[in-house]
Amino acid sequence: MTITTDARAVRERFTGPAIEAEHLVKRFGDMTAVDDVSFSVPQGTVLGLLGPNGAGKTTTVRMMTTLTVPTSGTARVAGHDAVRDPEAVRRSMGLTGQAATVDEMLTGRENLRLIGSLYGLPRAEVRRLSSELLERFSLAESGDKVAKEYSGGMRRRLDLAVSLIAAPPVLFLDEPTTGLDPRSRVELWEVLSGLVRDGTTLLLTTQYLEEADQLADRIVVIDHGRVIAEGTALELKDQSGQAAIVLTVSHADQLEEARALLASHVSEVHVDESARQLTAPADGLSDMTRVAAVFDRSEIVLDDLGLKRPSLDDVFLSLTGHRAEQDAGGQTEAPAEQTTHQGESR
Amino acid sequence: MSQPTTDTDTDIDTATRTAVAAPAVDHRPPGLARQVQMMVWRNLKHTRRQPEMLTDVTIQPVMFVVLFAFVFGGSIQTDSSSYREWLLPGIMAQTMAFASFIVANGLNMDLEKGIIDRFRSLPISRGSVLIGRSVYGIIHSSIGIFVMSITGLVIGWRIRNGFVDGVLAFLLLLLFGFAMIWVGILVGSAMRSPEAVNGLMFTTIFPVTFLANTFAPTEAMAPVLRTIAEWNPISSLVQAMRELWGNVPPAPADAALPLQHPVVTSIAWSVLITAVIAPLAVRAYVRRTTD
Repeated sequence: MTITTDARAVRERFTGPAIEAEHLVKRFGDMTAVDDVSFSVPQGTVLGLLGPNGAGKTTTVRMMTTLTVPTSGTARVAGHDAVRDPEAVRRSMGLTGQAATVDEMLTGRENLRLIGSLYGLPRAEVRRLSSELLERFSLAESGDKVAKEYSGGMRRRLDLAVSLIAAPPVLFLDEPTTGLDPRSRVELWEVLSGLVRDGTTLLLTTQYLEEADQLADRIVVIDHGRVIAEGTALELKDQSGQAAIVLTVSHADQLEEARALLASHVSEVHVDESARQLTAPADGLSDMTRVAAVFDRSEIVLDDLGLKRPSLDDVFLSLTGHRAEQDAGGQTEAPAEQTTHQGESR
Repeated sequence: MSQPTTDTDTDIDTATRTAVAAPAVDHRPPGLARQVQMMVWRNLKHTRRQPEMLTDVTIQPVMFVVLFAFVFGGSIQTDSSSYREWLLPGIMAQTMAFASFIVANGLNMDLEKGIIDRFRSLPISRGSVLIGRSVYGIIHSSIGIFVMSITGLVIGWRIRNGFVDGVLAFLLLLLFGFAMIWVGILVGSAMRSPEAVNGLMFTTIFPVTFLANTFAPTEAMAPVLRTIAEWNPISSLVQAMRELWGNVPPAPADAALPLQHPVVTSIAWSVLITAVIAPLAVRAYVRRTTD
């Protein structure tokens, strides 16, 4: 292969972002699936690409991973251009697509062997890595069963194991936990966290705000093919809507006293008598410590005092006007994402 | 997950720099032969797990032999002393024509399931998927040819003209199979579902294998049909095999040109089909896998 020497030289010195998208655009006929999307993922970090079905997440991943050529813009993985040097990109990354891409008629071990050999790993190493990966993904006992007999969660894990056999420094995961039960989802999160600890750079797409919140260092929110917000989960939460101090009084007869006290320190207080709860807007932690000190000096007994930040769900709602997990509403512009994979989503 | 701006920054940096600088994919990519070998290995595994995939090259052609040799055979007049001996090359050609079926089906199923995306995300040659499919198609059909040869020997078919001609006939058959594989790649890439593949192949390839000299002599057909049948690529292949194996005398003087020179025509047809269909097939496949 002609690329080896050049690419290796570049790679060894390479310290730039592991993943870079610059003004990516993808049009299918009249439909613009991805519209000027840019982001950059530093090495060893996790970017969450968050958006509803049909937002352009899959198309973006397909452009980054050389499966689709962008209409315009640049996609780079480990410094390699996805259009000019797709071979080098493929050597630097692993992809777990939305539709499970394991061979159902092969066993778990055979799937690993197939892909490992196609990467050019020596046979003995493929055998060793396969056992190791099956063990790590709790598939050791089912390693010699045909993948058709696997549950959804097992198939996902095998899919991920297959993507990891060549230990790619950059990993793309397209909705890795879609269709998984909560337990399998948490298990997969743990595996992914482990990979990141070991230095893998991750780009994952998700419709689940919770998932982005859990895994991602930075989040890019995308809707109708456009980036509508970007930042850490915390920044996004701060950006949309205010935090609130929530305070629960132990004895109902102290509720009015508590309200008066709180009202003298903040602009506005909302009272929920049945829950013995007071809510007041807060700018952040400092407000909250101030309030805590005030109540500490008073005679009022509190059950609970806390700062409630808006959830990413609230963030999404305030950014887009619709909820992230509510697919049907924003579906009308979705089909382009589905054209190449039948049966990829539910 | 920790924010990137904590005091563990340096640790993360060192770890990732090693990660990106020294990818484990540091081995030489395997050669095309190895890639194809793995693709064929995969398909052979499929066949071993689902032996019923082989019915099209075992039970089905044997059934055709039995049907034609023993049910219709008595009423079909040929220029061979034995209809069974005359029939066998025809069924072999039909079996090989169905190689296109196998390739089309397998490729289409892969495309449907998204495993092609997995392969395309690997640093391997784009052709290896297609070549692997094709090699497997030839292997699959060769099983059929083997089964047919044995069946033929049992019911009275013989190779009468010596070793070289005998082998040449088999090579012509393989060459035709190679051409049909491109048809399979074209259909498998262009159709949107395995059902569509089956529907199209059944209504085209199947009748084409009958509108020839495979099961009944063309001489008895109406003039227009006879001309079509005698120009059918399958007819020249079948005539070539029959002559090379010594199952029939040369074609009558009023037969169409291809049957007068069956060996040359058969080669020409296979080359022509490949030359026309292969670029279309590759285009259809590339179009299907890029968007």
